[in-house]
Amino acid sequence: MNLLLVGISHRVAPVELRERVALDGDEAAALARELAAEGCEAVCLSTCNRTELYLAGGTAPDVAERAVAALAERAGLEEGRLRAVLYRLEDEAAGIHLFRVAAGLDSMVPGEGEILGQVRAAFEVGQPGPLLDRLFRQAIHAGKKVRTETAIAESPASVSSAAAALAEQVFGDLTGCRVLLVGAGKIGELAARNLGSRGAEIAVVANRSLEKAQELSGRFGGRAISLEELPTALAGIDVVLSSTSASGHVLTREDVARALRDRKGRPLFLIDIAVPRDLDPAIHDLDGCYLYDIDDLESVVAETLAGRRREAGRAEAIVLDEAERFRAWEASREVVPAIASLRALAEEIRESELDRARARLERLTEAERRAVEAVTSRIVDKLLHVPTVKMKEAAAGADGAVYADALRHLFGLGDDAASSRHPRQ
Amino acid sequence: MAELLFWPALLAYSEAAVAYAGNARRPGRAGRFATWGVRVGWLAQTALLGVQAERSDGFPWDTWAGSLDLFVWLVVTAYLFWGCRSRFRLLGLAVMPPAVGLLFAAWLGGATKTHVNDAYSSAFLALHVGLVLAAFAGFTLSAGLAALYLWQERRLKLHRAGGLLGRAPSLVTLDALEGRVVAFAVPALTGGIVAGFVRLRSHGGSVDALMIVTLVTWAVFAAYLVLRHGLGWRGRRAAYLVLAGFALVVVARLGLPLTHFA
Repeated sequence: MNLLLVGISHRVAPVELRERVALDGDEAAALARELAAEGCEAVCLSTCNRTELYLAGGTAPDVAERAVAALAERAGLEEGRLRAVLYRLEDEAAGIHLFRVAAGLDSMVPGEGEILGQVRAAFEVGQPGPLLDRLFRQAIHAGKKVRTETAIAESPASVSSAAAALAEQVFGDLTGCRVLLVGAGKIGELAARNLGSRGAEIAVVANRSLEKAQELSGRFGGRAISLEELPTALAGIDVVLSSTSASGHVLTREDVARALRDRKGRPLFLIDIAVPRDLDPAIHDLDGCYLYDIDDLESVVAETLAGRRREAGRAEAIVLDEAERFRAWEASREVVPAIASLRALAEEIRESELDRARARLERLTEAERRAVEAVTSRIVDKLLHVPTVKMKEAAAGADGAVYADALRHLFGLGDDAASSRHPRQ
Repeated sequence: MAELLFWPALLAYSEAAVAYAGNARRPGRAGRFATWGVRVGWLAQTALLGVQAERSDGFPWDTWAGSLDLFVWLVVTAYLFWGCRSRFRLLGLAVMPPAVGLLFAAWLGGATKTHVNDAYSSAFLALHVGLVLAAFAGFTLSAGLAALYLWQERRLKLHRAGGLLGRAPSLVTLDALEGRVVAFAVPALTGGIVAGFVRLRSHGGSVDALMIVTLVTWAVFAAYLVLRHGLGWRGRRAAYLVLAGFALVVVARLGLPLTHFA
């Protein structure tokens, strides 16, 4: 197959090392160009959890050495230190690895969706030739298939994404949903950013210290209020996200019940990630109110992670199926040029024989001449049909190259490695 | 010919019902099979209704069984607007199994036989029966949406929403759709009732129990619209009201053979 992967990931290296070899989009593109200039295909996939170089078409040992040297140079590391944690996979193993990566099966959280976009981005800025082009396209296809045919990616994997997913389960698209952030701490801010990334508007920030509220609301473009103003701010709010260090409840059932009267039945989703809790648990009993505290969110995450692990088995089967299809395609590349040469030879013989018989055929009408052409074409096609099918079958096994050589030898075909192995420009 | 088209429709709907059940347990390929089952079954049933319309001299669905056949088609048609979206596949589980049962009941009642009722004009039947059935189909779909809303709302209240995420429409979406479907169905029922009363007045006759049930059904759904838009009734209370109205639709459908086809 002549496919090579060298890389580093969260499975083998700590973040201190991973961050040093991490490449941004431009650096990944530049490294791919640099390696491709040596005559091989190259794609660099770099995320916060992995940096992997996929190479094809060069002389394997040299390419691997160059790749490792290039990575070490960029990271400012000694090659030996980097080599100790690098993994190296070849041919089929490298292909399966990429398919698993694209499907999210090699991620920290099984099935996470971001990696598929990162694989696509790496492919787009890389220097793939025929082999890596097919490999990455099929890997992206496998990733999509895993997401559509299994439930592996349907559930959140962190408390903040669980909160956002639950809010979506109440409101649907969060675009236009107004969020009230209570507390100006880091955890609340992170959860608010998660909601914001899904289209929600951080409309109000409430905090005991108005200054801190103003500072944070300035970053989100919202309004700052004090905790005393909380009950009156609820009317136009869809999601309340609370994470203060207050010792008592900052919102009571009565506060929310009063606000509900002006909401015309619109639901209110409340997330309480503070310990001790900020929001009166009795709020959850109100019609149209859904209150989730930190334990509730963690149990949602635990439930969904268990679901992801169950689905991982199905996802692995899809990945192996796609990898097998890729292997069959790769194997068929060995015999396709031989088949093409054989067909070209047969067609050449057919045409030359028709040319030799042209004088005798001139007595025929136009329709009769076309009939003769068609008959000779059909004879060639029928004769070559079975050998073509058998060759492709052999290619799917391990004997493709042997059969291709035998064919060339028997029919005197030239060396016909016709497919271009140059990376795209 | 009608028989030949009936069985593919029933088979495809049955396949969809089974596949929806499979999809509820394990989302994925089964959901797509279900959607295709609904599509193929709907095409076969549409062809069946087309053949019946072409062969009949008048309104072909003027029997109890015929009207049931048309009712199922209208329900599935309404569902098809949303059923192809993966998040609405849980609704398919509420819609397709009853659709299969009702279509089979229609066949047992002779829905595939051509029948012309001379007692009513085709125009009256098309207007009255067509509008009432379209409204009932809308109420049935809104009841499915309301049931899905209540089930999902309960899961959220019990903090058991983990399995729902990404698999079901949001509460707000379900509630809005339910309101929209009722808003479409109430005018249709109003038209059907008016057509019925115009004929009753011109041809004579008395108000029977079924007509009263239908009027009460209209009143419930009209009240739903007033409460929803006037007083902001949404969510759980609105869903319960839709289910109460749907119970009256079931009574009306079951009472139909006793009053109109006796």
